[in-house]
Amino acid sequence: MNNILAFPMILPIIAGVLLLFFRLKPNVQRWGSVLTMVVVFLISLSILEKVMDEGILRLDFGEWAPPFGITFVADAFAMLLVTTSSLVTILCLLYAAFAKDEKREKFFLYPFLLLLIAGVNGAFLTGDLFNLFVCFEVMLLASYVLMTLGGEKKQLTEGIKYILINILSSWFFLLGIAYLYGTLGTLNMAHLSQRIAEAGQPPLLTTISILFLIVFSLKAGLVLYFWLPGSYGALPTAVSALFAALLTKVGVYALFRSFTLLFYHEPSITHTIIGVMAMMTMIGGSIGAIAYKDVRKIAAYNVIIAIGFILVGLASNNIESMQGSIYYLVHDILVKGLLFLMVGTVIYLTGKTRFDQVSGLMTNYPLFGWIFLITLLSLGGIPPFSGFAGKLLIGKGALVAGEYVMVAVAFLSSLFVLYSLLRIFLHMFWGETSILKKNQIYLSKGMLASCFILAVLTIGLGLGMSVVSPYVTDAANVLTNPHLYIEGALNND
Amino acid sequence: MRENDLILQTVSKVAVFIILTFGVYLFLSGHHNPGGGFIGGLTLSSAFVLLYLAFDVESVNAGIPLNYKMVAAIGVLIAIFTGMGSLLFGRAFLSQSSAYFNLPVFGKTGFATVTLFESGIALGVVGVVITIMISISEDV
Repeated sequence: MNNILAFPMILPIIAGVLLLFFRLKPNVQRWGSVLTMVVVFLISLSILEKVMDEGILRLDFGEWAPPFGITFVADAFAMLLVTTSSLVTILCLLYAAFAKDEKREKFFLYPFLLLLIAGVNGAFLTGDLFNLFVCFEVMLLASYVLMTLGGEKKQLTEGIKYILINILSSWFFLLGIAYLYGTLGTLNMAHLSQRIAEAGQPPLLTTISILFLIVFSLKAGLVLYFWLPGSYGALPTAVSALFAALLTKVGVYALFRSFTLLFYHEPSITHTIIGVMAMMTMIGGSIGAIAYKDVRKIAAYNVIIAIGFILVGLASNNIESMQGSIYYLVHDILVKGLLFLMVGTVIYLTGKTRFDQVSGLMTNYPLFGWIFLITLLSLGGIPPFSGFAGKLLIGKGALVAGEYVMVAVAFLSSLFVLYSLLRIFLHMFWGETSILKKNQIYLSKGMLASCFILAVLTIGLGLGMSVVSPYVTDAANVLTNPHLYIEGALNND
Repeated sequence: MRENDLILQTVSKVAVFIILTFGVYLFLSGHHNPGGGFIGGLTLSSAFVLLYLAFDVESVNAGIPLNYKMVAAIGVLIAIFTGMGSLLFGRAFLSQSSAYFNLPVFGKTGFATVTLFESGIALGVVGVVITIMISISEDV
C-alpha cells in the first residue's frame, strides 16, 4: 500500500477546488497553484526515487485487490513523465502568475489548469484501462474550458473543432474498451497483458488494437494532427505552453503503454503501421513548419514533428530506441513548454505574429534572444543540449532494427526543425531593430525567469545525462519486459 | 415569461417534496440496492429544476440563496477528504468501513463511512447540474 501514489493526482484537485473559494483574490490563486505544483513535484521526485529502490509500486484504491479494483501503478516510465510534467507546470504557472491575465484569472484559470494536470498525472499513473479513459476525460474537460476561456472569436471557432474531434475520439476509446472487455473480460492493464499473451493476440485483438491506435493517434497528433495547429495557436501563452508540453504527450504515453504492454505480439502489423504513421507525421509536420510565416503555426508544427520522432522509437521496438524515446519525451516536455512560452512572449512584446514583420529583437531584449537560440539548438538536437541523447539513441535503435528509411526521414525532419526555427531567429532577432528603445514594451523579470529556468534545465538535462540515465534505463527495461510490469501490478503480498 | 402557469405551480409545490423524498431515499438505499450519491443527487437536482421551471429564477434564488458553484466545490472536497480519512488509519486511499449499532428507536442500524463520501458526490452533482441549468437559462 503506497498512499503517496495518489497524491500527484489528488493534490491538484484539492488545491483547484479550494481556489474556487478565492475567486477575487488573484494573488492567492497565482501563488497557491504554484505552491501546490512545487509540492506535487517534490512528491513525484520522492516516488521516483522509491521506484528505483523498491521496484514498481502499486496502490489499490479502497483496498480492492487487482484485477477487481482500480489501481495506480508507478514504474520509472510513468514517474519520469509525472515528475517532468509537474516541473513544466510549475514554470508555466509561474509565467501565468507574472503575465497577470486578470480577465481569465477571474474565471477560474488556475483551478482548471490544476484539474488539467490532475488528469495528466492520473493518466500516467493509472494501471486500469477504464481509469485511463476517465483521466483522459478529466484532462479533456479541463482543456475544453481552457480552450474557450476568454471567449475570443478565434478561441471559439477553434474550440468547437477541438471539442468535436475529442468527443469523437473519446467515443472510439470507449468503444475499444467495450470490445476489449467483451473479448477478454478484464480491464486491468497487467491482467489484460497476461490474457492477450495467453490468447496469442489473434486477428480480432489486433483489429481492436488498431482502434486504440487511432484513438491515441488523435490525442497525440500522430498523422491525425489536423486539429492541432489551429487550436494551439488560439490559446493564451501559458496555457498553450502547457498544452504543447503535456496533452500530446499523454497520447504518446498511452501509445507506448498499449503497444509495449498489451499489443506487442504482432509487431509486423501494428508496429509497421506505427512506423509508417510516424514517417507521415514527420513529413507533414516538416512541410507545415516551413510553409507558414506565423510563428505560432511554426511552433505547433514543431510539436507534430517531435511526436513523429518519438514514435520512431516505438516502431523500432528495441531497448535502445525505447531509451531514446524516453529521453526524447522528457526533453520534449521541457523544451516544447519553453518554445511556446518564447513564441507567446515574442507576440506579447511585438504584437505581431508573422516573423517577417519584426527584426532586431536581440538589441531590445538580449537575454531573451539568447534563450531563443538555446531553445532552437536544443530542439534541433545539437550536442550539449538535451535533445541530442534522445535523437542519437532513437537513430541507433532504428538502425539496429534495420529501419533505414525511417532514420533518414527522422534526421531530415530534424533539419527542417532547425531550419524553421532558424528562420524565425534570423528574421526576428537579428538585423536592424524595428522597435525603438523608448517604445519597447517592458519584459518583466518574472516572465523571463520561467523561460530562463527552462533553458537552464535543457542545458542541465543535456550535460547531466548520467544523472538521468539510470531512470531511463529502468523505464526502458520495464517497457521491453512486460512481465516486470505484470509482476509489479498484480502480485498480492 | 409564461402568463398562466397556476396549474404547474400548484402541482410542483407538492411534487417537489415527493421528488426530494425520493431523492433522499435513492441516496440512502444506494448501499445495497440501486441508487447512491450520483443518482440521488441527480434526482434532488431535478426537484430544483422543476422549481426553476414553475417559478422564475429570481424568486427561487431569493428563497434558496445558495451559490451552487460553491455547493459543488464543497461536495468535491467532502468526497476527497472522506477518501483521505482512511489515510489516518493507515489504510489505502478511499478505503471504507461499516458497523452495526443498536439504536433506541431504530433497532439494529448499519452505519458506513461510505455514506459521507456519497454525500459529497450528491452535493457535487446537485451543484454542477443546477449551475449548468442556471447558466443555460441566462444564455437564452
